[in-house]
Amino acid sequence: MSEVVLSLKNLETRYGQIYALKGISLDVYEGEIVTLLGSNGAGKSTTLRTISNLVPACGGKVEFYGKDITNAPPHSIVEMGVIHVPEGRRIFKGLNVLENLEMGSFTLKDDAERKRRIDKVFELFPVLADRRRQMGGLLSGGEQQMLAIGRALMTDPKVLLLDEPSMGLAPILVQGIMDIIKKINEGGTTILLVEQNAKVALKLAHRGYVLETGKIVMEGKADVLSRDDSIVKAYLGH
Amino acid sequence: MSLQEIVIQQLFNGLLLGSFYGLVALGYSMVYGIIKLLNFAHADIYMVGGFCSLTILTFFGNTFIGNRWLGIVISMLITMIIVGLLGVIIERVAYKPLRNAPRLSLLITALGVSMILYNSVMVITSGEYRAYKTGLGYEGFSIGSVFVTHTQAILIVAAVALMFVLHLFITRTMYGKAMRAISMDLDCCRLMGVNVNKIIALTFFVGSMLAASAGMMAGVYYGSLHFFMGFVIGIKAFTSAVIGGIGVIPGAMLGGLLLGLLESFGTQIPFIGSEWKDVFSFSILILILIFKPTGLLGKKESERM
Repeated sequence: MSEVVLSLKNLETRYGQIYALKGISLDVYEGEIVTLLGSNGAGKSTTLRTISNLVPACGGKVEFYGKDITNAPPHSIVEMGVIHVPEGRRIFKGLNVLENLEMGSFTLKDDAERKRRIDKVFELFPVLADRRRQMGGLLSGGEQQMLAIGRALMTDPKVLLLDEPSMGLAPILVQGIMDIIKKINEGGTTILLVEQNAKVALKLAHRGYVLETGKIVMEGKADVLSRDDSIVKAYLGH
Repeated sequence: MSLQEIVIQQLFNGLLLGSFYGLVALGYSMVYGIIKLLNFAHADIYMVGGFCSLTILTFFGNTFIGNRWLGIVISMLITMIIVGLLGVIIERVAYKPLRNAPRLSLLITALGVSMILYNSVMVITSGEYRAYKTGLGYEGFSIGSVFVTHTQAILIVAAVALMFVLHLFITRTMYGKAMRAISMDLDCCRLMGVNVNKIIALTFFVGSMLAASAGMMAGVYYGSLHFFMGFVIGIKAFTSAVIGGIGVIPGAMLGGLLLGLLESFGTQIPFIGSEWKDVFSFSILILILIFKPTGLLGKKESERM
Protein backbone atom coordinates (compact mmCIF):
# COMPACT_ATOMS: atom_id res chain seq x y z
CA MET A 1 0.00 0.00 0.00
CA SER A 2 1.20 3.49 -0.75
CA GLU A 3 2.22 6.04 1.85
CA VAL A 4 -0.17 8.00 4.07
CA VAL A 5 -0.01 11.65 2.99
CA LEU A 6 -2.51 13.23 5.31
CA SER A 7 -3.65 11.75 8.56
CA LEU A 8 -6.11 13.16 11.08
CA LYS A 9 -5.95 11.67 14.53
CA ASN A 10 -8.91 12.24 16.81
CA LEU A 11 -9.15 15.86 15.62
CA GLU A 12 -11.34 18.23 17.62
CA THR A 13 -12.42 21.78 16.77
CA ARG A 14 -14.91 24.07 18.40
CA TYR A 15 -16.53 27.39 17.70
CA GLY A 16 -16.94 28.98 21.10
CA GLN A 17 -18.34 26.28 23.34
CA ILE A 18 -19.82 24.26 20.53
CA TYR A 19 -17.80 21.36 19.20
CA ALA A 20 -17.88 21.19 15.39
CA LEU A 21 -15.52 18.23 15.21
CA LYS A 22 -15.74 15.66 17.97
CA GLY A 23 -12.69 13.53 17.29
CA ILE A 24 -12.21 12.82 13.63
CA SER A 25 -9.70 10.25 12.40
CA LEU A 26 -9.03 9.63 8.76
CA ASP A 27 -6.16 8.76 6.43
CA VAL A 28 -5.52 9.88 2.88
CA TYR A 29 -3.04 7.81 0.89
CA GLU A 30 -0.77 9.05 -1.87
CA GLY A 31 -2.52 9.34 -5.22
CA GLU A 32 -6.02 8.89 -3.81
CA ILE A 33 -9.20 10.87 -4.15
CA VAL A 34 -10.97 10.68 -0.81
CA THR A 35 -14.35 12.28 -0.36
CA LEU A 36 -16.01 13.58 2.80
CA LEU A 37 -19.77 13.31 2.69
CA GLY A 38 -22.42 14.56 5.04
CA SER A 39 -25.29 16.95 5.38
CA ASN A 40 -25.10 20.65 6.16
CA GLY A 41 -23.36 21.36 9.44
CA ALA A 42 -21.83 17.89 9.71
CA GLY A 43 -18.35 19.41 9.90
CA LYS A 44 -17.02 18.79 6.40
CA SER A 45 -15.82 22.31 5.73
CA THR A 46 -14.59 22.65 9.30
CA THR A 47 -12.41 19.59 8.77
CA LEU A 48 -10.70 21.26 5.82
CA ARG A 49 -10.49 24.60 7.64
CA THR A 50 -8.82 22.88 10.58
CA ILE A 51 -6.29 21.14 8.35
CA SER A 52 -5.25 24.45 6.79
CA ASN A 53 -5.54 26.13 10.22
CA LEU A 54 -8.07 28.78 9.37
CA VAL A 55 -9.66 27.58 12.61
CA PRO A 56 -7.40 26.15 15.31
CA ALA A 57 -7.72 22.55 16.45
CA CYS A 58 -8.44 22.18 20.16
CA GLY A 59 -7.53 18.52 20.34
CA GLY A 60 -6.02 15.72 18.31
CA LYS A 61 -3.48 15.91 15.51
CA VAL A 62 -3.05 16.66 11.82
CA GLU A 63 -0.10 14.85 10.27
CA PHE A 64 1.39 15.44 6.85
CA TYR A 65 3.75 12.63 5.77
CA GLY A 66 4.03 11.70 9.43
CA LYS A 67 5.00 15.23 10.48
CA ASP A 68 2.79 16.98 13.02
CA ILE A 69 1.39 20.14 11.40
CA THR A 70 -1.45 20.78 13.88
CA ASN A 71 -1.97 24.53 14.26
CA ALA A 72 1.10 25.44 12.20
CA PRO A 73 0.82 28.93 10.65
CA PRO A 74 -1.40 28.72 7.53
CA HIS A 75 1.32 30.03 5.22
CA SER A 76 3.78 27.36 6.32
CA ILE A 77 1.18 24.66 5.67
CA VAL A 78 0.83 26.02 2.13
CA GLU A 79 4.59 25.98 1.70
CA MET A 80 4.61 22.28 2.60
CA GLY A 81 2.19 21.60 -0.25
CA VAL A 82 -1.24 21.34 1.37
CA ILE A 83 -3.56 23.64 -0.58
CA HIS A 84 -7.12 24.41 0.37
CA VAL A 85 -9.61 25.63 -2.26
CA PRO A 86 -12.28 27.18 -0.06
CA GLU A 87 -16.02 26.93 -0.38
CA GLY A 88 -17.58 29.53 -2.64
CA ARG A 89 -14.43 29.80 -4.79
CA ARG A 90 -13.23 32.98 -3.07
CA ILE A 91 -11.29 34.32 -6.00
CA PHE A 92 -9.99 37.88 -5.74
CA LYS A 93 -12.69 39.79 -7.55
CA GLY A 94 -10.74 42.99 -8.01
CA LEU A 95 -7.65 41.26 -9.40
CA ASN A 96 -7.53 40.03 -12.97
CA VAL A 97 -7.15 36.37 -13.90
CA LEU A 98 -3.40 36.60 -14.28
CA GLU A 99 -2.97 38.37 -10.93
CA ASN A 100 -5.18 35.79 -9.24
CA LEU A 101 -2.91 33.05 -10.53
CA GLU A 102 0.17 34.98 -9.46
CA MET A 103 -1.24 35.24 -5.94
CA GLY A 104 -1.50 31.45 -5.98
CA SER A 105 2.25 31.27 -6.37
CA PHE A 106 2.98 33.87 -3.70
CA THR A 107 5.44 31.60 -1.92
CA LEU A 108 7.42 31.09 -5.12
CA LYS A 109 10.40 33.38 -5.66
CA ASP A 110 11.38 32.20 -9.13
CA ASP A 111 9.65 34.28 -11.86
CA ALA A 112 10.49 31.90 -14.71
CA GLU A 113 8.97 29.00 -12.80
CA ARG A 114 5.90 31.14 -12.08
CA LYS A 115 5.45 31.77 -15.80
CA ARG A 116 5.85 28.08 -16.55
CA ARG A 117 3.14 27.17 -14.06
CA ILE A 118 0.78 29.84 -15.39
CA ASP A 119 1.17 28.33 -18.86
CA LYS A 120 0.39 24.90 -17.40
CA VAL A 121 -2.82 26.19 -15.83
CA PHE A 122 -3.79 27.85 -19.11
CA GLU A 123 -3.23 24.53 -20.84
CA LEU A 124 -5.64 22.87 -18.42
CA PHE A 125 -8.17 25.73 -18.65
CA PRO A 126 -7.88 27.35 -22.10
CA VAL A 127 -10.85 29.59 -21.33
CA LEU A 128 -8.82 31.32 -18.61
CA ALA A 129 -6.06 32.08 -21.08
CA ASP A 130 -8.53 33.98 -23.23
CA ARG A 131 -9.64 36.03 -20.24
CA ARG A 132 -6.29 36.65 -18.60
CA ARG A 133 -6.83 40.41 -18.32
CA GLN A 134 -10.41 40.19 -17.11
CA MET A 135 -11.29 40.98 -13.49
CA GLY A 136 -12.01 37.86 -11.47
CA GLY A 137 -15.39 39.23 -10.39
CA LEU A 138 -16.55 39.41 -13.99
CA LEU A 139 -16.02 35.72 -14.73
CA SER A 140 -18.94 33.30 -14.79
CA GLY A 141 -19.39 30.89 -11.89
CA GLY A 142 -17.83 27.99 -13.78
CA GLU A 143 -14.86 30.10 -14.84
CA GLN A 144 -14.41 31.31 -11.28
CA GLN A 145 -14.27 27.71 -10.09
CA MET A 146 -11.67 26.93 -12.75
CA LEU A 147 -9.69 29.96 -11.63
CA ALA A 148 -9.91 28.89 -7.99
CA ILE A 149 -8.59 25.42 -8.87
CA GLY A 150 -5.99 26.83 -11.25
CA ARG A 151 -4.80 29.24 -8.56
CA ALA A 152 -4.39 26.34 -6.15
CA LEU A 153 -2.36 24.42 -8.75
CA MET A 154 0.09 27.34 -8.95
CA THR A 155 1.72 26.13 -5.73
CA ASP A 156 2.33 22.70 -7.25
CA PRO A 157 0.43 21.05 -4.38
CA LYS A 158 0.97 17.58 -3.00
CA VAL A 159 -2.52 17.51 -1.49
CA LEU A 160 -5.49 19.49 -2.73
CA LEU A 161 -8.35 20.12 -0.29
CA LEU A 162 -11.42 20.91 -2.37
CA ASP A 163 -14.47 22.35 -0.64
CA GLU A 164 -17.70 21.97 -2.62
CA PRO A 165 -16.30 22.59 -6.10
CA SER A 166 -19.75 21.93 -7.60
CA MET A 167 -21.58 24.42 -5.41
CA GLY A 168 -23.69 26.94 -7.29
CA LEU A 169 -22.76 25.57 -10.70
CA ALA A 170 -25.14 24.53 -13.43
CA PRO A 171 -25.39 20.71 -13.62
CA ILE A 172 -23.83 20.75 -17.05
CA LEU A 173 -20.70 22.42 -15.64
CA VAL A 174 -20.40 20.08 -12.67
CA GLN A 175 -19.28 17.13 -14.77
CA GLY A 176 -16.66 19.31 -16.46
CA ILE A 177 -15.17 20.31 -13.10
CA MET A 178 -15.19 16.67 -11.93
CA ASP A 179 -13.32 15.61 -15.08
CA ILE A 180 -10.71 18.25 -14.35
CA ILE A 181 -10.34 17.03 -10.77
CA LYS A 182 -9.80 13.51 -12.10
CA LYS A 183 -7.18 14.79 -14.52
CA ILE A 184 -5.35 16.64 -11.73
CA ASN A 185 -5.40 13.49 -9.62
CA GLU A 186 -4.01 11.42 -12.49
CA GLY A 187 -1.18 13.93 -12.67
CA GLY A 188 -0.14 12.74 -9.21
CA THR A 189 -1.92 15.12 -6.82
CA THR A 190 -3.70 13.57 -3.86
CA ILE A 191 -7.18 14.99 -3.31
CA LEU A 192 -9.47 15.35 -0.33
CA LEU A 193 -12.88 16.33 -1.69
CA VAL A 194 -15.79 17.71 0.30
CA GLU A 195 -19.09 17.48 -1.54
CA GLN A 196 -22.80 17.92 -0.96
CA ASN A 197 -23.39 16.18 -4.25
CA ALA A 198 -22.68 12.66 -3.01
CA LYS A 199 -23.56 10.97 -6.27
CA VAL A 200 -20.97 12.88 -8.26
CA ALA A 201 -18.38 12.62 -5.52
CA LEU A 202 -18.67 8.86 -5.07
CA LYS A 203 -18.36 8.33 -8.81
CA LEU A 204 -15.05 10.20 -8.76
CA ALA A 205 -13.51 9.14 -5.46
CA HIS A 206 -11.64 6.00 -4.49
CA ARG A 207 -12.77 6.04 -0.89
CA GLY A 208 -15.21 8.00 1.21
CA TYR A 209 -16.00 8.97 4.79
CA VAL A 210 -19.44 9.98 6.03
CA LEU A 211 -19.64 12.69 8.68
CA GLU A 212 -22.56 13.31 10.97
CA THR A 213 -22.55 16.13 13.55
CA GLY A 214 -18.80 16.16 13.89
CA LYS A 215 -18.17 12.41 13.89
CA ILE A 216 -17.31 9.86 11.26
CA VAL A 217 -20.15 7.37 11.10
CA MET A 218 -19.09 5.33 8.10
CA GLU A 219 -16.14 4.79 5.81
CA GLY A 220 -15.27 2.58 2.92
CA LYS A 221 -14.56 2.19 -0.76
CA ALA A 222 -16.58 4.57 -2.93
CA ASP A 223 -18.38 1.89 -4.87
CA VAL A 224 -19.39 0.12 -1.66
CA LEU A 225 -20.67 3.36 -0.14
CA SER A 226 -22.64 4.25 -3.23
CA ARG A 227 -24.53 0.92 -2.88
CA ASP A 228 -25.10 1.31 0.87
CA ASP A 229 -28.79 1.67 1.64
CA SER A 230 -28.52 4.21 4.42
CA ILE A 231 -26.29 6.44 2.29
CA VAL A 232 -28.52 6.16 -0.69
CA LYS A 233 -31.42 7.19 1.50
CA ALA A 234 -29.68 10.01 3.31
CA TYR A 235 -27.56 11.60 0.61
CA LEU A 236 -28.41 10.27 -2.80
CA GLY A 237 -32.06 11.16 -2.63
CA HIS A 238 -33.92 8.00 -3.64
CA MET B 1 -7.02 89.60 -11.16
CA SER B 2 -8.65 88.22 -14.24
CA LEU B 3 -10.76 85.10 -14.12
CA GLN B 4 -8.03 83.11 -15.82
CA GLU B 5 -5.49 84.11 -13.20
CA ILE B 6 -7.82 83.22 -10.40
CA VAL B 7 -8.28 79.80 -11.94
CA ILE B 8 -4.54 79.22 -12.24
CA GLN B 9 -3.91 80.46 -8.72
CA GLN B 10 -6.60 78.26 -7.21
CA LEU B 11 -5.47 75.33 -9.31
CA PHE B 12 -2.03 75.53 -7.72
CA ASN B 13 -3.40 76.01 -4.22
CA GLY B 14 -5.83 73.17 -4.71
CA LEU B 15 -3.26 70.76 -6.12
CA LEU B 16 -0.88 71.44 -3.28
CA LEU B 17 -3.51 71.09 -0.59
CA GLY B 18 -4.91 68.07 -2.42
CA SER B 19 -1.53 66.33 -2.52
CA PHE B 20 -1.23 66.63 1.26
CA TYR B 21 -4.74 65.25 1.65
CA GLY B 22 -4.05 62.51 -0.85
CA LEU B 23 -0.80 61.35 0.76
CA VAL B 24 -2.45 61.11 4.17
CA ALA B 25 -5.65 59.61 2.73
CA LEU B 26 -3.65 56.75 1.20
CA GLY B 27 -2.65 55.50 4.63
CA TYR B 28 -6.22 55.68 5.93
CA SER B 29 -7.51 53.87 2.91
CA MET B 30 -4.87 51.13 2.78
CA VAL B 31 -5.22 50.30 6.47
CA TYR B 32 -9.01 50.37 6.27
CA GLY B 33 -8.90 48.14 3.21
CA ILE B 34 -6.81 45.53 4.97
CA ILE B 35 -8.01 45.38 8.57
CA LYS B 36 -11.17 47.52 8.43
CA LEU B 37 -9.77 49.94 10.97
CA LEU B 38 -10.21 53.71 10.86
CA ASN B 39 -6.76 54.45 12.11
CA PHE B 40 -7.30 57.74 13.96
CA ALA B 41 -3.64 57.78 14.94
CA HIS B 42 -2.75 58.24 11.29
CA ALA B 43 -3.22 62.01 11.42
CA ASP B 44 -0.77 62.16 14.31
CA ILE B 45 1.70 60.09 12.33
CA TYR B 46 1.58 62.96 9.84
CA MET B 47 2.29 65.43 12.63
CA VAL B 48 5.12 63.31 14.06
CA GLY B 49 6.54 63.14 10.53
CA GLY B 50 6.68 66.92 10.45
CA PHE B 51 8.51 67.20 13.78
CA CYS B 52 10.81 64.27 13.07
CA SER B 53 11.91 65.84 9.80
CA LEU B 54 12.44 69.22 11.48
CA THR B 55 14.71 67.61 14.06
CA ILE B 56 16.76 65.86 11.40
CA LEU B 57 16.86 68.93 9.18
CA THR B 58 18.06 71.09 12.05
CA PHE B 59 20.81 68.56 12.63
CA PHE B 60 21.83 68.69 8.96
CA GLY B 61 21.61 72.49 9.00
CA ASN B 62 24.75 72.49 11.12
CA THR B 63 26.67 70.19 8.77
CA PHE B 64 27.99 70.51 5.25
CA ILE B 65 24.74 69.07 3.87
CA GLY B 66 22.87 72.14 5.07
CA ASN B 67 19.14 72.64 5.18
CA ARG B 68 18.50 73.46 1.53
CA TRP B 69 17.31 70.91 -1.04
CA LEU B 70 20.01 68.31 -0.38
CA GLY B 71 19.28 68.43 3.35
CA ILE B 72 15.54 68.35 2.76
CA VAL B 73 15.69 65.30 0.51
CA ILE B 74 17.96 63.38 2.86
CA SER B 75 15.95 64.24 5.96
CA MET B 76 12.77 63.31 4.12
CA LEU B 77 14.13 59.84 3.34
CA ILE B 78 15.32 59.31 6.92
CA THR B 79 12.02 60.63 8.30
CA MET B 80 10.03 58.31 6.07
CA ILE B 81 11.95 55.30 7.32
CA ILE B 82 11.81 56.27 11.01
CA VAL B 83 8.11 57.15 10.98
CA GLY B 84 7.34 54.11 8.82
CA LEU B 85 8.90 51.96 11.53
CA LEU B 86 6.90 53.88 14.15
CA GLY B 87 3.76 52.87 12.26
CA VAL B 88 4.86 49.22 12.29
CA ILE B 89 5.60 49.37 16.03
CA ILE B 90 2.18 50.92 16.75
CA GLU B 91 0.53 48.13 14.78
CA ARG B 92 2.50 45.43 16.62
CA VAL B 93 1.93 46.85 20.08
CA ALA B 94 -1.57 48.30 19.87
CA TYR B 95 -3.50 46.70 17.01
CA LYS B 96 -2.10 43.22 16.44
CA PRO B 97 -3.20 41.84 19.83
CA LEU B 98 -6.74 42.94 18.91
CA ARG B 99 -6.80 41.22 15.52
CA ASN B 100 -9.85 39.14 16.48
CA ALA B 101 -11.45 41.64 18.86
CA PRO B 102 -14.61 43.58 17.96
CA ARG B 103 -13.96 46.48 15.58
CA LEU B 104 -15.05 48.99 18.21
CA SER B 105 -12.22 47.99 20.59
CA LEU B 106 -9.78 48.58 17.80
CA LEU B 107 -11.28 51.97 17.03
CA ILE B 108 -11.01 53.09 20.65
CA THR B 109 -7.43 51.84 20.78
CA ALA B 110 -6.66 53.94 17.73
CA LEU B 111 -8.05 57.01 19.51
CA GLY B 112 -5.84 56.17 22.46
CA VAL B 113 -2.74 55.87 20.29
CA SER B 114 -3.63 59.20 18.73
CA MET B 115 -3.80 60.86 22.16
CA ILE B 116 -0.50 59.33 23.23
CA LEU B 117 1.19 60.66 20.12
CA TYR B 118 -0.04 64.23 20.19
CA ASN B 119 0.26 64.57 23.95
CA SER B 120 3.85 63.33 23.83
CA VAL B 121 4.70 65.86 21.16
CA MET B 122 2.85 68.54 23.12
CA VAL B 123 5.00 67.85 26.18
CA ILE B 124 8.21 67.81 24.14
CA THR B 125 7.43 71.06 22.32
CA SER B 126 5.67 72.70 25.32
CA GLY B 127 2.67 73.10 23.04
CA GLU B 128 4.29 75.89 21.05
CA TYR B 129 4.50 76.49 17.36
CA ARG B 130 7.90 75.57 15.93
CA ALA B 131 9.31 77.48 12.98
CA TYR B 132 10.28 75.29 10.07
CA LYS B 133 13.38 76.97 8.67
CA THR B 134 14.47 75.56 5.37
CA GLY B 135 16.74 78.24 3.97
CA LEU B 136 14.85 78.03 0.69
CA GLY B 137 14.29 81.35 -0.98
CA TYR B 138 11.19 82.73 -2.54
CA GLU B 139 12.38 82.55 -6.12
CA GLY B 140 9.83 81.29 -8.56
CA PHE B 141 8.14 81.88 -11.86
CA SER B 142 5.08 83.78 -13.00
CA ILE B 143 2.16 82.59 -15.03
CA GLY B 144 0.42 85.81 -15.98
CA SER B 145 0.31 87.73 -12.75
CA VAL B 146 0.21 84.51 -10.72
CA PHE B 147 3.43 83.86 -8.89
CA VAL B 148 4.47 80.31 -8.04
CA THR B 149 7.58 79.65 -5.97
CA HIS B 150 9.93 76.85 -6.91
CA THR B 151 9.19 75.27 -3.54
CA GLN B 152 5.47 75.04 -4.29
CA ALA B 153 6.06 73.55 -7.72
CA ILE B 154 8.58 71.01 -6.43
CA LEU B 155 6.28 69.94 -3.59
CA ILE B 156 3.48 69.18 -6.03
CA VAL B 157 5.83 67.22 -8.26
CA ALA B 158 7.24 65.32 -5.29
CA ALA B 159 3.79 64.39 -4.00
CA VAL B 160 2.64 63.18 -7.40
CA ALA B 161 5.89 61.24 -7.83
CA LEU B 162 5.36 59.49 -4.47
CA MET B 163 1.83 58.52 -5.47
CA PHE B 164 3.12 57.22 -8.78
CA VAL B 165 5.77 55.08 -7.09
CA LEU B 166 3.12 53.71 -4.75
CA HIS B 167 0.93 52.91 -7.72
CA LEU B 168 3.78 50.96 -9.35
CA PHE B 169 4.43 49.14 -6.09
CA ILE B 170 0.77 48.18 -5.71
CA THR B 171 0.27 47.00 -9.28
CA ARG B 172 3.63 45.50 -10.23
CA THR B 173 5.17 43.77 -7.22
CA MET B 174 3.98 40.58 -5.53
CA TYR B 175 3.85 42.35 -2.15
CA GLY B 176 1.68 45.08 -3.66
CA LYS B 177 -0.64 42.54 -5.20
CA ALA B 178 -0.82 40.73 -1.89
CA MET B 179 -1.86 44.00 -0.20
CA ARG B 180 -4.72 44.38 -2.66
CA ALA B 181 -5.66 40.72 -2.34
CA ILE B 182 -5.78 40.94 1.46
CA SER B 183 -8.16 43.87 1.23
CA MET B 184 -10.46 41.67 -0.85
CA ASP B 185 -10.26 38.44 1.14
CA LEU B 186 -7.91 38.07 4.07
CA ASP B 187 -8.61 34.43 4.90
CA CYS B 188 -8.20 33.39 1.32
CA CYS B 189 -4.76 35.03 1.26
CA ARG B 190 -3.76 32.78 4.13
CA LEU B 191 -4.68 29.83 1.93
CA MET B 192 -2.36 31.18 -0.77
CA GLY B 193 0.57 31.01 1.63
CA VAL B 194 0.65 34.75 2.29
CA ASN B 195 2.07 35.64 5.68
CA VAL B 196 -0.74 38.05 6.45
CA ASN B 197 0.90 39.64 9.49
CA LYS B 198 3.93 40.56 7.43
CA ILE B 199 1.80 42.22 4.76
CA ILE B 200 -0.21 44.13 7.38
CA ALA B 201 3.02 45.42 8.89
CA LEU B 202 4.20 46.43 5.42
CA THR B 203 0.95 48.31 4.85
CA PHE B 204 1.43 50.30 8.04
CA PHE B 205 5.01 51.00 7.03
CA VAL B 206 4.08 52.34 3.61
CA GLY B 207 1.07 54.30 4.88
CA SER B 208 3.01 55.95 7.70
CA MET B 209 5.87 56.71 5.34
CA LEU B 210 3.55 58.62 3.01
CA ALA B 211 1.89 60.50 5.88
CA ALA B 212 5.31 61.45 7.23
CA SER B 213 6.35 62.80 3.85
CA ALA B 214 3.16 64.89 3.77
CA GLY B 215 3.90 66.16 7.27
CA MET B 216 7.31 67.27 6.19
CA MET B 217 5.98 68.89 3.02
CA ALA B 218 3.42 70.78 5.11
CA GLY B 219 6.25 72.03 7.32
CA VAL B 220 8.26 73.20 4.34
CA TYR B 221 5.20 74.84 2.78
CA TYR B 222 3.63 76.55 5.78
CA GLY B 223 6.90 77.24 7.60
CA SER B 224 5.70 76.12 11.01
CA LEU B 225 4.59 73.05 12.95
CA HIS B 226 2.21 72.49 15.84
CA PHE B 227 1.37 69.37 17.84
CA PHE B 228 -2.31 69.58 16.87
CA MET B 229 -1.73 70.14 13.15
CA GLY B 230 -2.80 66.59 12.35
CA PHE B 231 -6.35 67.05 13.57
CA VAL B 232 -7.93 68.99 10.73
CA ILE B 233 -5.91 67.39 7.97
CA GLY B 234 -6.77 64.01 9.45
CA ILE B 235 -10.46 64.69 9.06
CA LYS B 236 -9.94 66.11 5.59
CA ALA B 237 -7.82 63.16 4.50
CA PHE B 238 -10.40 60.77 5.88
CA THR B 239 -13.03 62.68 3.90
CA SER B 240 -10.84 62.32 0.80
CA ALA B 241 -10.57 58.59 1.33
CA VAL B 242 -14.35 58.28 1.65
CA ILE B 243 -14.97 60.47 -1.39
CA GLY B 244 -12.65 58.35 -3.50
CA GLY B 245 -13.98 55.08 -2.07
CA ILE B 246 -12.36 53.90 1.14
CA GLY B 247 -10.14 50.89 0.65
CA VAL B 248 -9.54 51.79 -2.99
CA ILE B 249 -6.01 53.09 -3.43
CA PRO B 250 -6.40 55.22 -6.60
CA GLY B 251 -9.60 56.50 -4.95
CA ALA B 252 -7.64 58.02 -2.07
CA MET B 253 -5.35 59.90 -4.47
CA LEU B 254 -8.27 61.09 -6.56
CA GLY B 255 -10.34 62.00 -3.50
CA GLY B 256 -7.45 64.01 -2.02
CA LEU B 257 -6.77 66.01 -5.16
CA LEU B 258 -10.47 66.54 -5.74
CA LEU B 259 -11.11 67.75 -2.21
CA GLY B 260 -8.12 70.08 -2.38
CA LEU B 261 -9.33 71.57 -5.64
CA LEU B 262 -12.94 71.84 -4.47
CA GLU B 263 -11.85 73.61 -1.32
CA SER B 264 -9.67 76.15 -3.04
CA PHE B 265 -12.21 76.84 -5.76
CA GLY B 266 -14.99 76.85 -3.16
CA THR B 267 -13.45 79.92 -1.56
CA GLN B 268 -14.07 81.78 -4.82
CA ILE B 269 -17.82 81.27 -4.87
CA PRO B 270 -19.52 84.60 -4.19
CA PHE B 271 -20.84 85.01 -0.62
CA ILE B 272 -18.83 81.97 0.52
CA GLY B 273 -15.64 83.28 2.02
CA SER B 274 -12.59 81.21 2.84
CA GLU B 275 -13.80 80.81 6.42
CA TRP B 276 -16.54 78.60 4.99
CA LYS B 277 -14.22 76.23 3.21
CA ASP B 278 -14.58 73.45 5.79
CA VAL B 279 -18.34 73.68 5.59
CA PHE B 280 -17.98 73.42 1.86
CA SER B 281 -15.82 70.29 1.91
CA PHE B 282 -17.92 68.45 4.48
CA SER B 283 -21.11 69.30 2.58
CA ILE B 284 -19.51 67.56 -0.36
CA LEU B 285 -18.78 64.56 1.84
CA ILE B 286 -22.44 64.40 2.86
CA LEU B 287 -23.58 64.66 -0.75
CA ILE B 288 -21.26 61.86 -1.80
CA LEU B 289 -22.43 59.67 1.06
CA ILE B 290 -26.05 60.24 0.05
CA PHE B 291 -25.69 59.70 -3.68
CA LYS B 292 -22.75 57.30 -3.95
CA PRO B 293 -22.03 55.77 -0.53
CA THR B 294 -19.26 53.55 -1.88
CA GLY B 295 -17.28 56.61 -3.02
CA LEU B 296 -16.35 57.60 -6.54
CA LEU B 297 -14.19 54.57 -7.35
CA GLY B 298 -15.72 52.14 -4.85
CA LYS B 299 -17.65 49.22 -6.23
CA LYS B 300 -20.48 47.20 -4.86
CA GLU B 301 -19.74 43.50 -4.82
CA SER B 302 -22.01 41.08 -6.57
CA GLU B 303 -22.17 37.32 -6.47
CA ARG B 304 -21.74 35.36 -9.69
CA MET B 305 -23.44 32.12 -10.43
